[in-house]
Amino acid sequence: MRTPLRPLTRRGLLTGTLGSAAMLATAGALAGCGTKGAVQTEAGCVSEDLSGTEKKLAFSNWPQYMDVDESDESKRPSLDAFVASSGIQVTYTEDINDNNEFFGKVQNQLAACQGTGRDIIVLTDWMAARMIRLGWIQKLDPAKIPNVRSNLLPSLLNRSFDPDNRIAVPWQSGLAGLAYNGSVAKEIRTVDELLTRPDLKGKVTALSEMRDTMGLLMQSNGHDPANFTAAQFDDALNKLKRAVDSGQIRRFTGNDYAPDLAKGDIAACVGWSGDVIQLSGENDKIKFVAPDSGVMLFSDNMMVPNKATHKANAEELINYYYQPAVAAKLAAYVNYICPVQGAKAEMEKIDPKLAANPLIFPDEALLSKSKVFMALDEKQEKEYEGKFQQVIGA
Amino acid sequence: MTALAHVPTPTGQPAAPPPLPRGGRRRLLPYLLLLPGAAWLLLFFAVPLFQLAAASLYDPSGSLSTGYALTWAFGNYPDALQAYWPQFGRSFLYAGIALVLAVLMGYPLAYAIAQKAGRWKSLLLVCVVAPMFTSFLVRTLAWKTILSDNGWLVGLLRDVHLLGPDGRLLATPVAVVLGLTYNFLPFLVLPLYASLERLDYRLLEAAGDLYASPVQTFRRVTLPLSMPGLIAGTLLFFIPATGDYINAELLGTPNEYMVGNVIDSAFLVRLDYPQGAALSFLLMAAILAVVFVYLRRAGTEEVL
Repeated sequence: MRTPLRPLTRRGLLTGTLGSAAMLATAGALAGCGTKGAVQTEAGCVSEDLSGTEKKLAFSNWPQYMDVDESDESKRPSLDAFVASSGIQVTYTEDINDNNEFFGKVQNQLAACQGTGRDIIVLTDWMAARMIRLGWIQKLDPAKIPNVRSNLLPSLLNRSFDPDNRIAVPWQSGLAGLAYNGSVAKEIRTVDELLTRPDLKGKVTALSEMRDTMGLLMQSNGHDPANFTAAQFDDALNKLKRAVDSGQIRRFTGNDYAPDLAKGDIAACVGWSGDVIQLSGENDKIKFVAPDSGVMLFSDNMMVPNKATHKANAEELINYYYQPAVAAKLAAYVNYICPVQGAKAEMEKIDPKLAANPLIFPDEALLSKSKVFMALDEKQEKEYEGKFQQVIGA
Repeated sequence: MTALAHVPTPTGQPAAPPPLPRGGRRRLLPYLLLLPGAAWLLLFFAVPLFQLAAASLYDPSGSLSTGYALTWAFGNYPDALQAYWPQFGRSFLYAGIALVLAVLMGYPLAYAIAQKAGRWKSLLLVCVVAPMFTSFLVRTLAWKTILSDNGWLVGLLRDVHLLGPDGRLLATPVAVVLGLTYNFLPFLVLPLYASLERLDYRLLEAAGDLYASPVQTFRRVTLPLSMPGLIAGTLLFFIPATGDYINAELLGTPNEYMVGNVIDSAFLVRLDYPQGAALSFLLMAAILAVVFVYLRRAGTEEVL
């Protein structure tokens, strides 16, 4: 029953396909291409606020960054209370796992002044700074967030990327410092020990977040990560390179160092305070160390991206979480540094032990040795990040 | 089945339909059949590929906020290669070693399943494919546990002095190569199985009758007959293994990073789109070249 189809040979097909692809490519290229700048201006990209008629809010956050009910993981007490009191329906999504990855997810929409479907996003300082620089974030109305003005920790006021405190509001803050697992390693006190002590060789990790790792190293050299020169950066980078080349540093990680530290595959690392507190809850041999040379302070910031249509609702939520009692409830669950003044007094009612923990409510001594990494412009960011990535091997 | 009953039985020449003149609908048929696939390929492969090609020629001094101008900056290619040739070479080295290991393991495996497994055949095939039911990431993370410094495997190897007292598997090239071998093994085994399964046992008997030793039979009969499967399998193994970055990321250290890690970081972390695009194209070109030479040497037209 086979009737002869016109022979369509593989060779003919390949030639045809390649030929047409080449023609398409040439034609497209001749038409001229490239990309336009991604910067948006307030006048050029105007967002509409539908909060008056729509009692809705889409909130994107990191995993495990919101209190949940111990008996029912799907209940979020502080958020549910907000929904009940304000009547605003909140769609809470844990879809931010990595600053860079999330940036990749939303960059095309925001560069074209289109909505992302999210009213609040939570991103780390440097990524917040980048998005603000690109003009992708809406300004908040100070009159609608009075609690932020009165309760934000003084050390987080007037940050270089948000001098008027009306674009990025810290959700939680944290410290980058050292951590070790006491069952496989002796105590460490300094960054230099981490990078050179022979018994730790091959059992050390550092963070792939440049600002945290490099900030700690610069501090260990006696330089200020909030205000450094290119030469000082290179100094610290050479120190890091020696530790990589000698095999002291096993790899560079995101949050994924935590299970390795718990298992003892790594003995010591550069890590984040919140992770380490959570680990030490399960294993008291795991300890966070704030080296005397200094630690890095970072915040994850709530922001309202362009074209988000529920800004007033978002402001209401931000203001709500800046009530000390609510902030304490949240801090008791997430174990990061609480950016809200007055929450400590509220925490004493919930759990006095947590209220005394300097990694949740840091004292003056710790705050005075914590630094925020210098704000970088686009050119510096590319240069420094490029150099750092070269050393960490990617 | 009832509808089929009305179809005239094909005795002798087909009764209907009469052949259309050349240039008629029949001539278009293969193209119409190709249309859905081709449209898919055009939209999701050719267009992005073209964009990537354009991006690889952007002015490297551009940035996200200023935008990129297409300046035909062919210099991106040598620059990228100069900066990252070790990772580039490593990709091919690791994928190559993994391929050799996979063939050494996969060939006997496929042969046993196809020729010797009898009624266990289906079950064994399911065993080969079953790991693919979970995500690639989960499987690689499981290897982290298996190779863990305090795990039983490393403990055993230390006890028999194959590893020094401080030796480790995790975060070494060995772990990355093992991970690659494991993760892509089914891609090699399945095509190999398909061609070994068709192997006519009588040919092997005939070889025996003609006084060929088992080794000779394998070399002169089994291996040539399984070549299409072997070649398809090695390609399906080698191509994704070369571009892989998950194994190096999770099981290795910066010293084991492959070109995939660099491309990932160029696009997502450093936002150096021209360099990322140039590296992607270099990788594609290098793989194409390797595959081309391989097919020429292997001398089969059956698989492409």
